[in-house]
This record gives sequence, structure tokens and C-alpha cells, in this order.
Amino acid sequence: MSGSIQDTFFEECEELLEATDEGLTAIEGGDHDSEVVNAIFRAVHSIKGGAGAFGLDDLVAFAHRFETVFDEVRSNRLDLDEKLIQLLLRSSDQLSALVEAARDGGEIDEAHNDTLLAALDEYIPEEEEDLTFEPMGLGGPAPMMDLGDLGGAPAEPQEETYRIRFQPLKEMYGTGNEPFFLFQALKDLGELTVTMDENELPGFDAMDMAEAYLAWDLVLVTKETRSKVEAVFEFVEGLCELSINGDGDAEAEANALAALDAMFAAPPAGDAAAAPEGEAPAAPFEPPVPAPEPEAKPAAAEEKASAPKAESGKQEQRGGPKPTLRVELERVDRLINAVGELIINHSMLAQQIANLNVSDTRDVETELEGFKNLARDIQEGVMAIRAQPVKPLFQRMARIVREASAATGKTCKLVTEGENTEVDKTVIERLSDPLTHILRNAVDHGVEKPEDREAVGKSKVGEIRLSASHRSGSVCIEIKDDGAGVNRPRVKQIAIEKGLIPENAELTDGEIDNLLFAPGFSTAKEISNLSGRGVGMDVVKNAVTGLGGRINISSAPGKGSTFTIILPLTLAVMDGMVVSVADQTMVVPITSIVETMRGSDDMINSLGADGTLLSIRGNFVPICDVAGALGLYRESDQQAGVYLLVETETGQRCALAVDDIHDQRQVVIKSLDGVCGEIPGVAAATILGDGKIAMILDPESIIAASPTAAAFDTERRMSNAS
Amino acid sequence: MKTKVLAIDDSRTIRNLLAATLEEAGFEYHCAVDGREGVDMYPDVDPDVVITDINMPNLDGFGVIEELRGTGINSKVPILVLTTESAPELKARARGAGATGWITKPFDDASLIFALKRVTGAAA
Repeated sequence: MSGSIQDTFFEECEELLEATDEGLTAIEGGDHDSEVVNAIFRAVHSIKGGAGAFGLDDLVAFAHRFETVFDEVRSNRLDLDEKLIQLLLRSSDQLSALVEAARDGGEIDEAHNDTLLAALDEYIPEEEEDLTFEPMGLGGPAPMMDLGDLGGAPAEPQEETYRIRFQPLKEMYGTGNEPFFLFQALKDLGELTVTMDENELPGFDAMDMAEAYLAWDLVLVTKETRSKVEAVFEFVEGLCELSINGDGDAEAEANALAALDAMFAAPPAGDAAAAPEGEAPAAPFEPPVPAPEPEAKPAAAEEKASAPKAESGKQEQRGGPKPTLRVELERVDRLINAVGELIINHSMLAQQIANLNVSDTRDVETELEGFKNLARDIQEGVMAIRAQPVKPLFQRMARIVREASAATGKTCKLVTEGENTEVDKTVIERLSDPLTHILRNAVDHGVEKPEDREAVGKSKVGEIRLSASHRSGSVCIEIKDDGAGVNRPRVKQIAIEKGLIPENAELTDGEIDNLLFAPGFSTAKEISNLSGRGVGMDVVKNAVTGLGGRINISSAPGKGSTFTIILPLTLAVMDGMVVSVADQTMVVPITSIVETMRGSDDMINSLGADGTLLSIRGNFVPICDVAGALGLYRESDQQAGVYLLVETETGQRCALAVDDIHDQRQVVIKSLDGVCGEIPGVAAATILGDGKIAMILDPESIIAASPTAAAFDTERRMSNAS
Repeated sequence: MKTKVLAIDDSRTIRNLLAATLEEAGFEYHCAVDGREGVDMYPDVDPDVVITDINMPNLDGFGVIEELRGTGINSKVPILVLTTESAPELKARARGAGATGWITKPFDDASLIFALKRVTGAAA
């Protein structure tokens, strides 16, 4: 079976699981509308149907129970009470887990699976419990058939002669079944002889068009099994009088056979003459023989006004949900790259026009401006293709919270906001792990035990709020719990024990909270196997910064903690400030710049032997010379005289000294992965208008490496202490 | 001339599976994503046989059968329903509505073709 269809199946599963989750969330919120229940039923049913096609038995079995319970609900035989809703939510999670396991080849927790299956079974009435699935291929033999030969040894297939009497009831013709086609199917099995019996046919005036008068006697010589023969009549079972007698059945139906033999030996006189289109009795069956029809074909059947579509496989284009187009991600990425090049191309063109020394460039500039706007439109359009709502991600997180709650014995609910906020697909994908970790942490360490919550007058159920919003060109994701907040004395204690901070360090509350992100900070003793999993919050931070984002935590004792993640809208393009440092052109991400200023000598103060501080409106900020940090040597006598005030995650401010600011513009991010190793202070590279490569700086790591910043930080802590 | 199949299923996976099998077997096929679209497409496609899922949004499989049989668009076209269950009630209900036969999911190529053969006489 084609792998691409299986891919389609898993893609579709994602959508169906989302629909299921969405429906269950609505139900949890009190919306028990039958359309909601139906939609879930259909979604689970479709998963089951697809899973069956690929032989994913575990998934089929689970989806089947799940679906059966839903069938009970939609038939109003089962009430959606709280207990059932919780079970359905957990089952939906398990369904996702099974899909994942089937797709990625992972293991599932068998015990958990069995527990859920058993719990679901309790809601399923006895008689429906053992609905069995038919194996691949044809349904089992029809129950009304004589199964006498089933026990026989399947030795060398013997040729057998079956004598079949087939007499349709009038009901059969209403179902669109045609004797003629059945005979053709029989003919595929062996040599068939057909004799029409029209003895029942009344005179023309007595004929009732709705009645069935004809019967057929068939002789089939075949090596196929009896059940194959019976299968041909599967659809008309109960709609006809049917008897099938093989030679081997002799002892069982000796009398009937004798009667049949007698009939075949001496067909009723007049048969040959009466057979339509000269069909001779007992002549070898030859298609095409027109199907004898007791009913006249309705005139409407001739309705063939419009020509059939030339192209087959017309799909997915109608009202209702907006039409969509599925495109391979790679194609979109190619487009994004091309747009990136287009933007670079634009800046190059602008640069070259400027270099031309033409006196009047106004017309060209107008066109160039148009070019720029179009390029930006295209870029936004392409980015919009990659953008996806965070909803599916958030829905998965609801599951994480449920699992974490169950594992810790706490009760937490996840409230989501801004689910329709759109973020780059890759960002969404790579956000899943950090979010999972933060949420597990929030349940495990943030939210208190129900009894503790009650004791301090909080609701027993902890609330974790996950929200997404757009903020001035960035995406902001917030995870806010209403737990106990960061236990600062303890965090500080651990940090001291681990040697992350000196024993006498004085830290602001914010700094203590952010110690959680420090590499090597791990409350190992405390860490449960739930949120622990061997990674600390520093991994979360690395994941976020790896996406060009920032993460911050704020906390209020007794009231809870808030993690804030700020991410760029796209990974491909960013707004940057083009600066020069020691005759090199570099780019600083706009998002990290608080303000820029030209410094004068009276603003500079010294700190220790080499350090300098910049005085800004009465506040001192350590100066960090970018050239020095990158080990660049200034050949010209130009001095660093321009400062970019940046702020780090921990709230630490620093003035990056550069030589000059040129421009603020969009740059296309070109990763340095695989080009050269990691360069401290450099995040990536870009291509500028003049075709030159410029490094994109990473202010955080420059500051982290700056001795002045460190010295100043220590000083500040000391002064805070006094 | 190729036998024309109108396949109606809301599951993309099943549509693709049907399409793959039908294509390979040389049928001409047209797909609809739900019952309503299937019934709407019917006059244009004018198929020799309809394959329809039961559980679908907008108009379910029973609705499809009733509309195709009832409105006289074509009361004779063979209609095969796709069903996951071998439950006899479901088959009985489908037949009561006028279905010609059924295909049990999961189906393999042979059983699909065999079902088509029995209601259209066509191997393709």
C-alpha cells in the first residue's frame, strides 16, 4: 500500500484528533449539542476506518470502543456526566498516543491502554461489547447459507458442479441489484450455464411492473470454494430465493438434487422460444446478454444532459469551510528563500543606484519603493502560508496538563487564550517541547496540592493559563499558573549550593526567579520523574533562544508564576539595525535594542581598571565594546561612539558600543550551521545590499562574556546588599 | 468505455485508498467529500456506480441513498455503502434505504473490485 496514503492518513488523524479534542473541550464546557457529539463520533470513526486500512489493530480496537461509547451518547442511551467526560478526555489523549505510536513506531503504555479500554467497556452495553471486526477482504459467509462443508480438508481444489436456483423477490430490484451482473461475477469463477425460468411470467395484461416473475437456474463448474460462490450472492441475501447445491452435498440434499437434475434434464417446453434475444437454454453463458428486467427503466435514468468531466478525481472544492490547498512544505520554503533573495536583491539594487552618481534618481526611487513594497507584500504572503494557529499546539498542551495532573494527584485545568494567533510552523513545532516542560513544571512545582490550596483559600482546582498574542512584530506566549510562586529562599539556597552564585550574593526577586534558567540549576532531589526527565529549565531557555526568542519568568509568592516567551514571527527574516564595528558591517536584532544614543565623553565613567560605564539619565549602565568582545582590531581612528542600550533576560542592561549606525532594515537570516562552528557573540549571518556578508550579533552572549558587565553586576549586588 | 465510479467519503485517507485502487483497476472515478457534494455532483458525473460512506457531515450515506433513489435522479444506479461494522442491522438499514451492497472497511483491492463487479458487471 502506498506510503503516501499512509502519510495522508496520519495527517488526517492530526485533524481528526484536533476535531475530537475541540469537541470534547466544548462538551467539557457544557456544550452537549448533538452536532458536537456527532462530529466527534465521525472523527473517531474516520480514524478507525483509516487505521483498519493499514492494519493498525491497537488503534482500531481503541477507536472502536471509544466510538461505541460515543454512539451510546449520541443515541441518548448514555448521559455525559463529569466522570464520563473525564474518561473521554483521557481516551482522546490515548487515541493521540496510539496514533503517534503507530506513526513513529513508539511503544504505548499497555497497562494504561487496558485500563482505559476496561473503563470504556463499562459504558458499553453487553450485547455490543463483542462486536468483531471482519478480517481484511470479504465478509464472512452469509449466515443463512449451509456451512456444512466448512470443516472439509482444504486439499487440492477439486472441480465441483454447483446447481443454483436463483429467484429474485421484487424487493431486490429496488436495491439496484441486477441478476445479469451477478451472473457475470459467477462466470469469473468457472464455467457457467444460465437458464431462465419464466414459467411464472403472466400474460402481458396481467403483468404487474413492480412484481418479480423471473427465476434462473444456473450450473457452475468451478474449482473455487463454496463460500466464494455464496459470496457472489452476498448483496441479495434475503432478497431472493436461493439454493446452491454442490455435487458433494449429495447425501445432504439428495432429494432436492434429484428434483433439480430432473428439471435440468428436461427443461420446460417453450423455454427456448421465449428466452429474450434468442438465448438458448443451457447454452454457455455469453455476455453481453441484456439483463432481463421486470421493471421499465425510468426515463430519468436517461438524464445525461451534461457531459461527464474530462478530468477524473474532482475533489475538495465546495462551500462550507474555506477551500484549502495542501502544499509540500519544501515548496513553501523554496518560495521563502526566493523572497529572501528578492529582498537582498532589492537592497543591492538600491545601493547600486545610489552609487551611480546620477543627479536625478527620483523616478527610479519611486519605482524602487514600489519594488520594495511588493517584495514586502510577497514576503508577508509567503510567511502567512507558513503561519499556523497555535490552537493544535495548545490542545496538545491540555493533554499534557491532564497527564501531569493525573500523575501528581493534583487537579489542574488549562485555560487557553489567543488560540488563533498564527505563528510560523517551525516555531510551533519547536515550541512543543519547551511548552510541555514548562507546563509539567507548573503542575508539578507550581500548583499546590488540593488540600494546601484549600488551606490558603484558593479553589481546589489549579488554573494554568496559556495564552498567545501578537505584540509589535513578535509573538508572545504566556504560561501563568495560580500556584505558590517561586520558592525564592529555596531557589537561592540551591543556587548557592551549586556554586552558581556566591554565598553572600544579593539578588533581586527577578534575578532569583531567573536562576531557574541557569545551566546546572536543577532541584535534583525534588525533581519527580514527571517534570524532571533529566532536563532543566536551561534546556527550555536554550530552545527558546534557539528560535531567536526570549523567555522570562516573574513570580508572586502565593499567587503564582508567569513564564513569558517572546518569539519572532518568522525564522527567515528579521528586523535588524545595521551598524559598523571596526570597519565591519554587522546587524543587531531590533527586538533586543531598548534605545540608541550617541555618547559624549562626559557620559563615560570608569569602573575598575578597564571597565567603563555609561551614564544615562542618572543611571549607570556597563559599556560593552562589541569590537573588543569579538576580538576585532580597529584600523581607522574611528572610535566607538554610538551605544545600543540592550536588556537581557535577567533584566540586566548593557550599552553595546559600536562605531556607527547605518540603517534599520529587514534582513534575511542565513544560518551559519555547517558553514563554520559556533562563534561567540554571533547568532547568524545575512547578505546586505552591497552583496557583502554581515554577521548578525547575539547581544546576550556578548554581554555574558563581558567582564565589565559581570563586574558591574557584582558591584550592583553588593550595593543592593548594603 | 471505462466504468465510472462516484466515491463519497469525508475521510481523505479512504478517498485516496479508493482512488488508488480504482485508478489501478482502470475505473474512472470521481470523489466527493460528503453526501451533499456527492448528490450535487451526481448529475454531472452520471456514474455507473456510487460508493458512499455512512457517517459523514452535511448529508450521511443513508441520506445519499434516499436522495438518489427517492428523487428519481436515478433509482437504479447501484449504490455500495462503505461500512466499518459487519453489524447486520447497519446493512439491513442501508438495504432498506435502497443500497445495492456494501464494502466492509478495511477493504482490500480484491474485495472492492469484486463488489463493483457484482453490481456493475464490470472489472473496470
